[in-house]
Amino acid sequence: MGRKGVNIKIGELLSDLAHFRDLSITVGSVNADTWAEPMGPTPFPSLTSFRNWDRVLLNRYKPFYLPFCDLCCLCTYGKCDLTGNKRGACGISMAAQQSRTVLITACIGAATHCSHARELLTHLLETFGRDLPIDLGGTNIEVEAPLIRLVCGIKPEVLGDLEQVLDYCENQVTQLLAVTHTGQEGDALDFESKVLHAGTIDLVGMEVADIAQVSALGFPKADADSPLADLGMGTVDTTRPVILVIGHNVPPSAAIIDYLRAEDLLTGVEVTGICCTAIDMTRYSAKAKIIGPISWQLRYIRSGVPDVIVIDEQCIRADTILEAKAIHAPLIATSEKNCLGLPDRTLDSPDAIVDDFVSGKETGALILDPDKVGEVAARTAIAVSKTRKRSGTLPTREELIALAKKCTQCVLCRRGCPNDLPIPQAIKAAGQGDLSGLDELYDDCVGCGRCESACPQGLAVHSLIVSAAERRIREERYTIRTGRGAIQDIEIREVGGPIVLGEIPGVVAFVGCANFPRGAREVAEMSMEFARRRYIVCTSGCSAISAGMHRDEEGKTAYERYPGSFEAGGIVNVGSCVANAHIAGAAVKIASIFAKRPLRGNYEEIADYVHNRVGAVGVAWGAMSQKAASIAAGFWRLGIPVVVGPHGTKYRRLLLGRADQDEGWYVYDARTGEKVYGGPVPEHLFFAAETKEEAMVMVAKLTMRPNDTSKGRAIKLTNYIDLHKRLIGGMPDDIHRLVRTHADIPVTMKSAIETILAEKGWDEREIPDPTLLAHMVRKTKV
Amino acid sequence: MPMNDSWQTAEIPGPVKASRIIKPEIADALIRRARRPVIIVGHGILEYEVEGRKLIDSIIELARKGEIPVVATASTNREFMDRGFAPAAILPAVDIANRLKDHEWKGLDGKGNYDLAIFVGLPYSMEWTILSGLKHFAPALKTITLDCVYQPNAGWSFPNSTIKDWAASVKGIVDHLGE
Repeated sequence: MGRKGVNIKIGELLSDLAHFRDLSITVGSVNADTWAEPMGPTPFPSLTSFRNWDRVLLNRYKPFYLPFCDLCCLCTYGKCDLTGNKRGACGISMAAQQSRTVLITACIGAATHCSHARELLTHLLETFGRDLPIDLGGTNIEVEAPLIRLVCGIKPEVLGDLEQVLDYCENQVTQLLAVTHTGQEGDALDFESKVLHAGTIDLVGMEVADIAQVSALGFPKADADSPLADLGMGTVDTTRPVILVIGHNVPPSAAIIDYLRAEDLLTGVEVTGICCTAIDMTRYSAKAKIIGPISWQLRYIRSGVPDVIVIDEQCIRADTILEAKAIHAPLIATSEKNCLGLPDRTLDSPDAIVDDFVSGKETGALILDPDKVGEVAARTAIAVSKTRKRSGTLPTREELIALAKKCTQCVLCRRGCPNDLPIPQAIKAAGQGDLSGLDELYDDCVGCGRCESACPQGLAVHSLIVSAAERRIREERYTIRTGRGAIQDIEIREVGGPIVLGEIPGVVAFVGCANFPRGAREVAEMSMEFARRRYIVCTSGCSAISAGMHRDEEGKTAYERYPGSFEAGGIVNVGSCVANAHIAGAAVKIASIFAKRPLRGNYEEIADYVHNRVGAVGVAWGAMSQKAASIAAGFWRLGIPVVVGPHGTKYRRLLLGRADQDEGWYVYDARTGEKVYGGPVPEHLFFAAETKEEAMVMVAKLTMRPNDTSKGRAIKLTNYIDLHKRLIGGMPDDIHRLVRTHADIPVTMKSAIETILAEKGWDEREIPDPTLLAHMVRKTKV
Repeated sequence: MPMNDSWQTAEIPGPVKASRIIKPEIADALIRRARRPVIIVGHGILEYEVEGRKLIDSIIELARKGEIPVVATASTNREFMDRGFAPAAILPAVDIANRLKDHEWKGLDGKGNYDLAIFVGLPYSMEWTILSGLKHFAPALKTITLDCVYQPNAGWSFPNSTIKDWAASVKGIVDHLGE
């Protein structure tokens, strides 16, 4: 492929023009295309390249805006009241303002992933050089970067090739953010189209990050049998020095492991982590341990167990420095994006920094050199663990009861709790010596600490909950299959047919953060239920962690019970947030490898294929962040629905189909060019479920696609109806819209369904060769 | 406890905020005046029981006396089924809200959209955002929430109340409706 920043040096050149010595020429980029596949129509797309495709999707899945604020306060005209049909001083409407806010959110998410990718790539280029081959799984992976190939139209071969891709992403994110300035875009649907573009850029940025680290750092390479790693606070050997890492950017954590390994200390020091850095650290060394998702930050730090805390970027509590100080654990910040007011010690010697930490002269430092972080963190942990008292800040049982007696039952803690947990009642009981109520809250608590900020008595409410759950914490001993990275081409070939024909009922991906409405166990329960039903289940990020933090009736975790292969009944942990690219990439590879659709710069055709044929659904049950929004947007544009929990309505809008309006569900039959009713499948593109039960039923429904064979549709209907009967109660009332032919009807439900169909006046209809794109019709009749 | 602040302290909307239902007669009058009311019942209703009576039984009584169709969201339907009550529809909360927003929607019975939506039992923040969507984009629709906490984006809401006071108010509405 093309090369960016090529340097040519010539010792001596004699020409008619002149005689040159030590000539050095730098060329911005060189096109040296070795990829035989013809270029598609949209390489390196601009903000409007897919506007028509976006409009097709947004016409079917119209935004339902749910304003989280009635005002706009983005400029000094404001605040402007946008209630109802009022307009702001700049002329913007409420609908446009909401979509504008969604775009800002998606830009933050995309910028964060692209920035992460840039920081990672820069470090890896410095360490391993530009010519390190991209290797996601040897000969098992020929389509190494499906999203980059699809969006950019290039085939990266070595690490240096990824720079060009990131240049493009950074350019697009800058332009997208500019769209949100006052007096730019004014149309809600055009804002929405740009949200989808931000999602596309986000997916590409994530792919760059993960293929770079997989290629360079020796992570599992598409390995279905990647090793199991320990998970949970109860797995930590507290007799050893303990290091805690939090964040997303793995080089500092990898350097800690490198240092310990080089000094033959790895088995004597506990390297533990929270959030995606932890996941990627276990991909680097399965001896590292994951404590939990982001919601475990306060509870683990306050336990006093970590001797040193190392943070990098994203999703790290802004008050970590205060929490670290409270347990006398030195804090090392490692990213320019998260300096926390700490002194920059990057150029100081490790000896000096360690001495200052051990003596207590300094409580934290910014160190922007991963190798130095590795040495300082390891040496400091070993040194301070010998003298540091590991009492933490959690109260003893007696202290807890005494503190609980101070509660005035003002209920401000509950009113501050995102999940409206019955904290006051639990504290009242604790004051009377009964800790069971607080203990029960532990599982549902998202660890935000807002209860404490709200308490006028200054009670450390979260600490009371954690202290009461001491036994549960000791028993937090689980396993997680380390992130495997990409899906193998051979796996795609084997499951591509059954997925597209509907015989594997669907691919369900549990992704994203930990703002769960009723605790992490719901992710574990859902993932195991769908694996048991022979769906392919993928996990990533904090949801991958949460999926492992539960044991079934036989005492097995999801990763012990189910295989890690991309097959029916597998639970496939692809890795950290940036590994989400492999899930989208798998859908794209089904179109490319199984269906042999041209991939290169051919976005619309591939998205149309995925939307109409690949029964994939994303579930971001605890989605909290801006990154979660941009990840979802990337999936939406590929036509893949996303389900979020009830908090997801705070993302300010949903993309909902109307099953009751037949006119919205017509597709072209690619064989004839006729527009035919394809049924309301998938019914929604972005849906917020009220409960786990509602989510599961909706997921089963959203895996249906117009292209399903009758056998496949019957399998999907069986799961949908069975879940509906069990979790909602009774038969669903939309069966007549989902059954196309008599052959679609599940045999075991034939009588009941035929009765319903007769009552509804149902008629059989043909199964089309579906497309939403007129130019994909093979026989021109439109 | 402030009675007309958002239950979730930080979820402050405005300038337009819900009027308070300070006595059951207000809700009763709103319901009586409605041509086509509908009740949307979330799973949270199942958590409340006062003096041995589940609040869902009061909602069923309200629906029967007022001949008001009920939409059951999430798994609320199971409780209705157990009580021999058939909701007019089972729909996710966001789906029924999306339909209510559409002034051309023909309703569950094909006779037209509703003019009053009565919400109860959804998760607080979800109901907050859904009511916000309806406040801004369904101008012809009146909304009431019968929850025990103040929902500022509704047209009308109870103030933040104790469960006991709230149950008495709901009972009052049901009793008045039967008169």
